[in-house]
Amino acid sequence: MSRRRPFDPRLLRRVPATRRHLAVLGLAGVATAVVVVLQATALAAVLAAAAGGRLDRTALGLFVALVAVRAGLAWAQGAVTAWSAAAVKESLRVELLGSVTRRDPAWLAGQRGGSLATLVGRGLDGLDAYFTGYLPQLVLGVTIPIAVLARLVFADWTSAVIVAVTIPLIPIFGALVGWQAQVATERQWRRLSRLGGHFLDMLRGLPTLRAFGRAQAQVDVVRRMADAHRAATMRTLRIAFLSALVLELVATISVALVAVPVGLRLLSGGMTLQVALLVLLLTPEAYLPLRAAGSKFHASLEGLTALDEALSALPDETPVPAGGAVPRRGPIVLSGVTVAYDRTTALRDVSLTIRPGERVAIIGPSGAGKSTLLALLLGFVRPTAGQVLVDGVDLAGADLTAWRRQVAWVPQRAHLFAGTVADNVRLGAPDDADVEKAAAAAALDEVVDGLPDGWETRLGERGYGLSSGQRQRIALARAFLRDDAALVLLDEPTARLDAASEAAVVEATVNLLAGRTGVFVAHRPALLAAADRVLRVEEGVVTELTAVPT
Amino acid sequence: MTAAERAVLRVARPWLSRLLGAGLLAAGTELAGLALMATATWLLITAAGQPPVAALTVAIVAVRTLAIARGVLRYTERLAGHDAVLRIITEVRTRIFRTLADRPARATDRSGDALSRLVSDVDAVQDLLLRVLVPGAAAGLVAVLAVIGAAIVSPPAALPLAIGLLLAAVALPALGSALTRRTAARVAPLRGALAVDAVDLTAGAADLAAFGATDTALAKAAGRAAELSRLERRLALVGWAVDGAGVLLAGATAAVVVLTALHAGTSGTLVGVLAVGTIAAVESALALVGAARQRTQLGTALTRVAALLDEPAAARADDARPDDDAVPGLDQVSVTYRAGAAPALDGVTLRLPPGSRVAVVGPSGAGKSTLLAVLAGAVRPDSGRVAGAGDPHRVGGLFADAHVFHAPVRDNLLLARPGAADDELAAAAAPAGFLDWVRDQPAGWDTEVGEDGGQLSGGQRQRLLLARALLLRPEVLVLDEPTEGLDPAAADAVLAAVVAASPGALVLVTHRLQGLAGFDEILVLDSGRVTQRGRHADLVTQPGWYREQWLVQQADEQGYLTLRG
Repeated sequence: MSRRRPFDPRLLRRVPATRRHLAVLGLAGVATAVVVVLQATALAAVLAAAAGGRLDRTALGLFVALVAVRAGLAWAQGAVTAWSAAAVKESLRVELLGSVTRRDPAWLAGQRGGSLATLVGRGLDGLDAYFTGYLPQLVLGVTIPIAVLARLVFADWTSAVIVAVTIPLIPIFGALVGWQAQVATERQWRRLSRLGGHFLDMLRGLPTLRAFGRAQAQVDVVRRMADAHRAATMRTLRIAFLSALVLELVATISVALVAVPVGLRLLSGGMTLQVALLVLLLTPEAYLPLRAAGSKFHASLEGLTALDEALSALPDETPVPAGGAVPRRGPIVLSGVTVAYDRTTALRDVSLTIRPGERVAIIGPSGAGKSTLLALLLGFVRPTAGQVLVDGVDLAGADLTAWRRQVAWVPQRAHLFAGTVADNVRLGAPDDADVEKAAAAAALDEVVDGLPDGWETRLGERGYGLSSGQRQRIALARAFLRDDAALVLLDEPTARLDAASEAAVVEATVNLLAGRTGVFVAHRPALLAAADRVLRVEEGVVTELTAVPT
Repeated sequence: MTAAERAVLRVARPWLSRLLGAGLLAAGTELAGLALMATATWLLITAAGQPPVAALTVAIVAVRTLAIARGVLRYTERLAGHDAVLRIITEVRTRIFRTLADRPARATDRSGDALSRLVSDVDAVQDLLLRVLVPGAAAGLVAVLAVIGAAIVSPPAALPLAIGLLLAAVALPALGSALTRRTAARVAPLRGALAVDAVDLTAGAADLAAFGATDTALAKAAGRAAELSRLERRLALVGWAVDGAGVLLAGATAAVVVLTALHAGTSGTLVGVLAVGTIAAVESALALVGAARQRTQLGTALTRVAALLDEPAAARADDARPDDDAVPGLDQVSVTYRAGAAPALDGVTLRLPPGSRVAVVGPSGAGKSTLLAVLAGAVRPDSGRVAGAGDPHRVGGLFADAHVFHAPVRDNLLLARPGAADDELAAAAAPAGFLDWVRDQPAGWDTEVGEDGGQLSGGQRQRLLLARALLLRPEVLVLDEPTEGLDPAAADAVLAAVVAASPGALVLVTHRLQGLAGFDEILVLDSGRVTQRGRHADLVTQPGWYREQWLVQQADEQGYLTLRG
């Protein structure tokens, strides 16, 4: 846990509207401070008059008017910080989601893509507490003490001196105690997160516990761990609350340091009641916002962490891919292509040529680099060394959007989007595309007939509700919808299918390949029979196989 | 009070006295603050009359005491409140776990995301008690005592104070909820939709890019984000207007109290006390506005938690006890997960006498894992008979959803046989090929494996799972893809060692057909039905899935193909 600055300057660059919101917040802070001082002045006048049994109508009217102004300022300040939070969240959400176009799809599909999705959702919502809670108190923590001091200088300069000397004690003690608390928290952190994580761990492992007949026995373990979690949390809280207590006592003692001489001078007649009341009403106000900022800081940490993550996840500049050359239908040439990932090398020095209209099957054990080969042709993966040329155009510098428009792709496990079956098939195609024809070609029509709402059946998050075979046919229908595609890429379209689905999918796939260049990863003889050539990929090395007829 | 809140309070009952104590301490804190300002004001106004110092001594001591007491009370209140609530959370977690443990396995397993959400939902219970119930009750108590105090000082002034407090504690929170309810109800679904957009854009990034649909999807998500932002701004505008009204209410009430008290001829000193006390009392009652706002936000999470707290403990009826002495197996078993869907298992029969070796193969989704689940009793068949299910020591082993716990290797293994000695662990780990790795670790059996075995390589994690299954030594050992993630040579070696080390019957689900030559029976499943059964030597000669798959795998591994037949 690193120390966080109260404000991240990167935010101003990312979300320029924040500048305006901060300016309004600052103005509201100054106005609030002035009103606080005037309000105390008016109230002191009212009370001093009342002490003599008189009603000071002007002062009372002024007090109520000032209260109304302060209410308006509280509203404005709350609204502007909430607006700022909403604007920042919206802007970061759009930018974070937009940044997916600059990411490698494999990165996005993995663990880190998942945490990006979480960050965009619940993560950024944590910013509300920061903007509406911490930030305004921080502003008031500057403006109110200054205004109070300025007023006290005129009313009673000895009190002003005491306040001026003691106010810095709040941030100083805050830093000292906060630092101590942070050390203690950090020590507890590992333990806490481990214990908190254990509950999730137990829930995830419930099927396993059940399989070993240990689920009921584990209830006591959960109780013991939850109890240990409580004990550890309480140890941390004790320190955290103690720091709040210290700050409160510092403020109380400071107020007492001001109040005692005031009282004595009042007794000796060296001061008027009105001034004494003003000092009493104003002094606590000076210490309050700084203390409040300290206590709100904890609640806003989560949001600050999310903000830091979001700002760090966004690339500094937004490189607009130059509209490079558009590869046309032509031979596909891989020359000396090597693809290295963090830990493994997926392809090593691969050179091969695929002529237009040729159908190439790729076989090999799992993890050998077959999918990487397809990803290269789609431009999802760039070669670490070597080139991929289509019709003589290097894909590394090509207009990939235009290139992909000529490619039909059937992934191993197509993503099903939240929306209707029709939306899912139509993905990226114009609205008037002939979805039903494509569905018939992909043997999807029989699947649709069996769905509760036919074409309008909604596919939930991650396409829950469809079997692998049905999902595969949706992917095929998508590919069929691109009837002008020159190149068809298929990644094990019949893996994980039952026999009935497989027959349908194989037939559809063979039809899809008709008249186009095709590159497909496949194992089943029925599909391999459609290939002109068979390539074998093993440990990143591609070898051409000669089929042995039987 | 909603049903979910009542359910939470029922769980909290044993700790209600602690919560009550925390509430009283919270009220005490507020009262100390109120009394501090009131006494200090009294002190100053009285001092202005220049009485002898002795007349002020009590008040001076009271001010000092109250100032210290306020801080100390707040500290103890926060500690007591958190302690009580964390104790209740312990109980809530335990109950949720027990409910889920009692519940028979569902056809649709809860996703990892739903589980993480459940863990954070428990926090809603904490917020309900700590940020709604305790401060709400304390504010109510302070309001009542403030009115009583005012009535003693100046009966006529108590009325405007009571009205002001009622407005602050009841009318404003109600107004706030009423004004924001409709907008707030639209925010939650919109957040959900945006979360789905985020998943579609990340997990579906490749599909979107390949089909040129990224920009459309981005525009849709951006539209949702903008709409959400618009609703949040509207909510803030109304919500903070209510807060502003609260500030105005505190000042206005104080003004009316001063006017009324002066009019009624209350002593000047006490008018000051009343004014300062009124502001403090109304401000403390305004805490209810925040509590009400918080409460509306907790609704959905609390409902989800309450559903797991309320479920009757005896959900698992023992109506169909398997006959205990029968040879474990299945007789004409069928399973259908969802009404209208194709059966996951359709009339499967399988007998597992001691020492038998059976393999179950077939395409993915054919029903292999369901077969194991029925055999072990995790899934009930819709028709047919099952023998031996429900007792891990009769039928048990390694299932597809096996989890590695964030604990040392030893604890993970002991799950199968609590109290097993180290040499028993070694005897189970050796055939799984896990023993050498354990011996190489400095911490040996006490090596931490990380979250879901994240510190282990995929192969080591698999070997750990396999060793755990072997340690169980059940009558029928069930292994679902035991060598997944191992390279072919290692997979063959491990499988051979495991088969040799299993004295009882063995049921193996595998996609790899190498090494099945010695098995007594191989079942080929397709769409829930047994399409072929027999020994390896026979199956490779018959046309069908098994032979095709065998040839493809041979070709894959040996580098030649017999393709076009």
